[in-house]
Amino acid sequence: MTTHRVSAFLAPRRRLQVAGLLTAPVAWLGLVYVVALAALLITAFWTVDGLTGQVQIQWTTENVVEVFTEALYRTVTLRTLGIAAAVTVIDVIVAIPVAFFMAKVANPRARHLLVIAVLAPLWASYLVKVYAWRALLSADGLIGWAGAPLGLDTPGYGIAGVILTLSYLWLPYVIMPIYAGFDRVPDRLLEASADLGARGGVTLMAVVMPMIKPAIIAGSIFAFCLSLGDYITVGIVGGTTQMLGNLVYTNVGAANNLPLAAAISLIPIGIIFLYLAAVRRTGALRSL
Amino acid sequence: MLKPTARMSLRAGVASVAVASLAACGTASSGSDTEAATEIGDAEGTVSILAWPGYVEDGSNDPSVDWVSGFTEATGCEVVSKTYGTSDEAYQLMQSGGYDVVAASGDLTLRLIGADLVSAVNTDLLDNYEGIFDFLKDKEWNSVDGVSYGVPHGYGANLLMYNTDVVDPAPTSWDVVFDNASDYAGAVTAYDSPIYIADAAVYLMSTEPDLGITNPYALDQDQFDAAVELLKAQKENVGEYWSDYLKEIQAFESGDSVVGTTWQVIQNSITTGNTEVVLPDEGATGWSDTWMIASEAESPNCAYMWLDYIASPEVNAEATAYFGEAPSSEAACDYRDDCDDYHAGDAEYAEQIWYWTTPIAECVDGRTDVECVDYAEWTKAWQEIKG
Repeated sequence: MTTHRVSAFLAPRRRLQVAGLLTAPVAWLGLVYVVALAALLITAFWTVDGLTGQVQIQWTTENVVEVFTEALYRTVTLRTLGIAAAVTVIDVIVAIPVAFFMAKVANPRARHLLVIAVLAPLWASYLVKVYAWRALLSADGLIGWAGAPLGLDTPGYGIAGVILTLSYLWLPYVIMPIYAGFDRVPDRLLEASADLGARGGVTLMAVVMPMIKPAIIAGSIFAFCLSLGDYITVGIVGGTTQMLGNLVYTNVGAANNLPLAAAISLIPIGIIFLYLAAVRRTGALRSL
Repeated sequence: MLKPTARMSLRAGVASVAVASLAACGTASSGSDTEAATEIGDAEGTVSILAWPGYVEDGSNDPSVDWVSGFTEATGCEVVSKTYGTSDEAYQLMQSGGYDVVAASGDLTLRLIGADLVSAVNTDLLDNYEGIFDFLKDKEWNSVDGVSYGVPHGYGANLLMYNTDVVDPAPTSWDVVFDNASDYAGAVTAYDSPIYIADAAVYLMSTEPDLGITNPYALDQDQFDAAVELLKAQKENVGEYWSDYLKEIQAFESGDSVVGTTWQVIQNSITTGNTEVVLPDEGATGWSDTWMIASEAESPNCAYMWLDYIASPEVNAEATAYFGEAPSSEAACDYRDDCDDYHAGDAEYAEQIWYWTTPIAECVDGRTDVECVDYAEWTKAWQEIKG
């Protein structure tokens, strides 16, 4: 009876219905996401007590100035940017032919199998995959063994190892949007292009590329942002390499200096905002 | 529809709530009780313990490894335990509260005492305290001004491990990882923590006596800079730093690392048989862990009972053997057959170990004419060393 009365009350009141539906998720987004982020940013302007490590609310720009002036943070930022850019480029170069084959060449049965094959690694734990790469890159690992007859050696633990491992980890996130992009390109456009005398390369550059550009950019956002924030992979296969995430982690953990950690995290946040702004200018965000 | 003024005051109200909640996070709690107890009362029923992995085993990880059930049977205190990975993580957890007992290494204890997070321990109340090795009692990492803050649990040294196939002749000095590290460029390893700066200081104590270092945890600015320089030079030859001991085991088994600092338990775990450990002539750093009681403990009686129980020879032997370190209880070796590996009770060996101590501005070696570099600076320098 009461259920009936409630629905009778709500039926003509569309706004109340919408409010009832949205309040919980919006409050969740607001509190957990926006407020947490704001608290993080404000913390960057606080300080800590040297001995006890308690955060003290004394306003200071010391942390932010330190992050933007000291050579350590500049070096690590450039290294992190370089790694993220390299991972993004490698992933896009590998993903485009794979996605093209999946969307346009493979028959439907093979396509399903390929989609499963691309997504399957996501079911395995991140750590298992990174430790597998640690074994691969090791001095007596598979890469060194396979390369030995060709006179090649394993790159070992270091920046090259980090780039290889991250490229592997984020590849599914780049293939899937590009695959969806190719899927949206109608076959008849390719046929029309061929009928008009265009060779494969011309068709690819003049017809297909403009249509899948938003998909490539979407994939690059995943690879770039995920690489920018990573700190576990670099700890396992990076040798002595430090990335921005490691600096944040040591300041939260070992140094117990939350304000400095918050100040360092401003760097990747700033970079990602710049990247998204650049992407927005290309108009790619609208067509996602 | 709210009127503009009402809306503004609502907004101001929201803003002040937001500011108040921001202000609330991070303010220190005060009024905790750091005085030692005078007697042990009735058991409260549960005790919450924060410890290194392998220190509080109730059989859930390995059915044959269980010393918690015996404690619960004897005292009626149920044990709730949590493990941590680094001293720094433990410090954060202790700040958040909710633990009665903590097993702390020497690089953590002074910080806990300084922040009033642990209380003094009346060792007269503990029957088994007498059986603890004398050379572990009343040390700078477990006592302040003669007041004890806990019961020693076990100790070990950060040894030098090397691959016998590659490193020849067998090293007797830390110079293989410092001045001569280039012989094994790319295959040197080091412990990934600011406290490793003390290892460089131990080496400088004998190679650069002019610096006048008398305690590797009490470094003035000049001494500290020399240690940092040494580590920056070392970094060129380091293959990787380790903090996860499983990672180091794997790196030595695969040959990615051939020489570097290690723990006895790592040597015991390596199955390839081509590694050796040595305590170099310069001495070494090490750790000595202490069971402490939180100043805001909800179950202080059960906490005292745990401290007494874990210090008993049989349990101390079982727990330290499982972790791979020397026991603190003299009689514990009656229950262990591997005490020789760990040089348990060998006071001469123990004297060569500089146990982890938190570096603070007030020099722990007693100097008053200079200010020492504190742990916050050590952490910062460690990030710069790694670059």
